[in-house]
Amino acid sequence: MAAIEVEGLVKRYGPLAAVDGIEFAVPSGSIFAFLGPNGAGKTTTTEILEGLRRRSAGTVRVLGLDPWTEGNALHRRIGVIPQDFRFFEKITAKEAIEYYRTLFHTEVDPGELLAKVELLDKIHARYDTLSGGQKQKLGLALALTNDPEICFLDEPTTGLDPHARRAIWAVIRGLQRDGKTVFLTTHYLEEAELLADRVAIIHHGKIIASGTPSEIIQAHGQEERISIEGPGALATVLHDRLGLSALYAEGRVEVALTDKRDVLRVLNAVEESGLPWQRFQTHQDTLEDVFVRLVGRMDEGALKSETPP
Amino acid sequence: MRFSHIGADFKVTARSYLRNPVALFFSLVFPIILIGLFGLIFSSVGSTATTLYVLNEDHNATGYSPVSQQFLSALNNTTIVHVTLVTDRSVTPSNFDTWLGQNDDPVGLVVPAGFQENYLHHVPVNLTLFTNPSDAASSGAAVGAVNGVANGFNLRAANGTPIILLGPTRNVGSQILTYIDFLIPGLIGFSILTSPMFSMVDITSSYRKEGIFRELSLTPLSRAEWLTSRILWYVLLTFVSAGIMIGAGVYLFRAHVGITLGLLPFLMVGPFLFVSLGMLAGSVAKTPESAALIGNIITFPMMFLSGTFFQVSSFPPGLQEFAHILPLYYVIDGMNQVMLFSNNGRALTDLVIVLAIAVVLFLLAVRLFKWRDE
Repeated sequence: MAAIEVEGLVKRYGPLAAVDGIEFAVPSGSIFAFLGPNGAGKTTTTEILEGLRRRSAGTVRVLGLDPWTEGNALHRRIGVIPQDFRFFEKITAKEAIEYYRTLFHTEVDPGELLAKVELLDKIHARYDTLSGGQKQKLGLALALTNDPEICFLDEPTTGLDPHARRAIWAVIRGLQRDGKTVFLTTHYLEEAELLADRVAIIHHGKIIASGTPSEIIQAHGQEERISIEGPGALATVLHDRLGLSALYAEGRVEVALTDKRDVLRVLNAVEESGLPWQRFQTHQDTLEDVFVRLVGRMDEGALKSETPP
Repeated sequence: MRFSHIGADFKVTARSYLRNPVALFFSLVFPIILIGLFGLIFSSVGSTATTLYVLNEDHNATGYSPVSQQFLSALNNTTIVHVTLVTDRSVTPSNFDTWLGQNDDPVGLVVPAGFQENYLHHVPVNLTLFTNPSDAASSGAAVGAVNGVANGFNLRAANGTPIILLGPTRNVGSQILTYIDFLIPGLIGFSILTSPMFSMVDITSSYRKEGIFRELSLTPLSRAEWLTSRILWYVLLTFVSAGIMIGAGVYLFRAHVGITLGLLPFLMVGPFLFVSLGMLAGSVAKTPESAALIGNIITFPMMFLSGTFFQVSSFPPGLQEFAHILPLYYVIDGMNQVMLFSNNGRALTDLVIVLAIAVVLFLLAVRLFKWRDE
């Protein structure tokens, strides 16, 4: 069963449609990454799912509930970590969890919860003494106080150093192990590729790609390539002998691969040609390459259509 | 409303507050500094004609004695005071001070029985003047006018020896002795107003900007519960600061204030009103800056014009009427009535007015306050 189901979702601000008829589903127990450039409609969509914003049109079901009309019931079953988690400055981590525990009527142990987010050593530290990553972890711990079925994480690692970011990733993987559904928005494509089971990319209020990261790369990325540092003559050799399309630019020859075994044939051909060559690399598109290309292409298209003939 | 929610939020509020030295200073130490400052540097204000209530005891069946009437009309002609005869038969020299205390402008004079008889026979006679020390301007005016007229009458008498003497000035009300007495209810009112107003306006707007309200909106805590917990906290804070102020006034400045249970309702309803008002002001503003501005516009006139530092009756007429539309006026007037004049009837009226305003503001605040902007 899907934890989140969205169909024909529209959110208008005056004449502008910030979210323009999007559709996706998040299976229970999966990690779903929602990607998009700034202003694409990510936060608006997330807040609609959390019951913080009213939609203009469409159907939204989160745990089978309508987030706007059944927000109170929903909030007991979800956990939300905002982008920039802020809390009462003089309150310690333990006190913050005790506060939420009373509000949610749960029996969770603050120490256990803080251990889960790797913040046990700061149990008696006041919020204003915590570092950025520690604050974010406390936000995570608070969002877990009510043992939520779905965790919404809005750019949980933005502004954190690489070490803190990896720590948060570990916690997110732990959430999935505990059977929770994770809805993640992020700027970092690497983060989505590493963590997410499924990804959707939103741009100008529309979803422009969705699926598993490798599905998206396959559908929208370029084929695997070899690049070799060497003279332009290499490109001619490879094209003539092997019939591969090889391009030369800036001291490098790029060859698109249609078959894995082409790698060996290319290497042999290069060696036999007697031409000098140095670095040899294979290169495959990452989610980031695809994202940049997709978003860039859409913006170019938009620019062209706006330009009068 | 769940008491466990209110309790949990109260704990967080109390901890945040107790761990913030600046907030503690302003609500607990600042009022004492104010008491000291105002007690030391008080200076007189106002110069309009003072109403002088006169209890003329020198009368027989046919009316007031001619000499006492001449004396009072001479007093009235000074234009410094405006003589008003007290004709209420139930008022006697022994309960005159209490009666004066129930009036807004309590300066009174007792002309004793036998005033004319003594004057004509050149036998010294004492006049008793009741003044309100918190209202030094009116008191000074009355003392000056009575002395001046008495001197004239004494000179007109054949041998010029003083006959009409102004006896020792007495204070209005059973307890008032110094300006500090009057200042204590005023300053309690001052902190009932400023402590919640300033911090609620600030908190309401900055919590929204920082997204703390957004986070709370995702918990089962309701807005009414949140507001109630703040009100309870400020009631507690008001109890403590009122205790400190009364203590400081009594032990440092020898104040004489009536500490009665009648004070408690005001210490509860006052914060109830101003926490709600602060939250309302903070919620209608879009930014913390405009919230501070709105808060100041509401707070500053009330801070000075509600009888905090100066008696409202010493204000010019227009300003007096303005004071009567300020909620804090009723809080302070009520506390004056129970602490200084033992006038519980009027205090009850004040309390009902304050409670009614507070309930309306609370409901408005809960209705208009949004955890977040849609």
